[in-house]
Amino acid sequence: MLTLIFALVLSLIVIVLGIVAVQHPKVSVAIIAAGVVSLFASVMYLLLAAPDVAMTEAAIGSGLSTIIFFYVLNKIRRQDG
Amino acid sequence: MVKKIIILVVLLVLAMMFWNMFSGIPVQNVLPEVSEYYAKNEPAEVGAANLVTAVVVTYRGLDTLGEVSILFLSAAIVGLLLGFQSKTEKRKLRKTSELLLTAAKILTPVIVMLGVYVFINGHLTPGGGFQGGAIIAAALVLALMADPLRKISHGFISFVESTSGFIFVFIGILEIFLAGGFLDNSILPLGEFGAILSAGAIPIIYSFIGLKVGAELSSIVSNMQEAQNITEYE
Repeated sequence: MLTLIFALVLSLIVIVLGIVAVQHPKVSVAIIAAGVVSLFASVMYLLLAAPDVAMTEAAIGSGLSTIIFFYVLNKIRRQDG
Repeated sequence: MVKKIIILVVLLVLAMMFWNMFSGIPVQNVLPEVSEYYAKNEPAEVGAANLVTAVVVTYRGLDTLGEVSILFLSAAIVGLLLGFQSKTEKRKLRKTSELLLTAAKILTPVIVMLGVYVFINGHLTPGGGFQGGAIIAAALVLALMADPLRKISHGFISFVESTSGFIFVFIGILEIFLAGGFLDNSILPLGEFGAILSAGAIPIIYSFIGLKVGAELSSIVSNMQEAQNITEYE
């Protein structure tokens, strides 16, 4: 029962942050939101007894891809301005 | 306004389609046939304590080879596209804070060690080559954050990448002749279930997959870093 409540709260946070990632006018905030979505999704995978997928999601989804998005954002901004 | 209504209608149709698909799936209390086969026969056939690793490296080893090739291709394309960038524009950076420098010095070796632990124990505990490789690349990100001027040797990265890729495929082909087929792990004795030296060739293959994935992700990160054209501190 406690796990179910925890999972519901997690999925609610994931949905809200997903909407933030799509709708927020500042791109850097959107990137952070997308990274946090991955982090909470990895906790969700752990609850669903998939630790292998959870590790991949935490390392690649919320770690590396966030950093790569920031590198690309930085590059694009300086080329525009 | 019309555009939004069209988007809403498309979303509703999609939701209907997914609802029809998911409501048609009956609730099952038993494993499907394939999963049951893996769960029943894996300890005797492969001998890895982590069932996921047994499927990824042995039963579906060819898929893993394909995944590693896709990762290699994307790393190569990132390197190719960023190679066309003009190098004329220079950029100065503020000095890194003392906190980040010290933390990176202490944490980078520890994170690399965690990554190596994850892929060496891939057949026993959750995780494996892909996860361990990603953790090693994360350690490189931390080191580059602390010292953006650090030069990562591309020769070393491509040497590790190509050597481990070659050994992975070479072991796979060797297993066609000495064992049951491509990437059949029984080329080495299966050993005691749950010991570190068990599950035949899985620890060797997964360690090389880990090195390959780590090198590929590291090359993406270091190419991105070099494309920022940071030349000196302020």
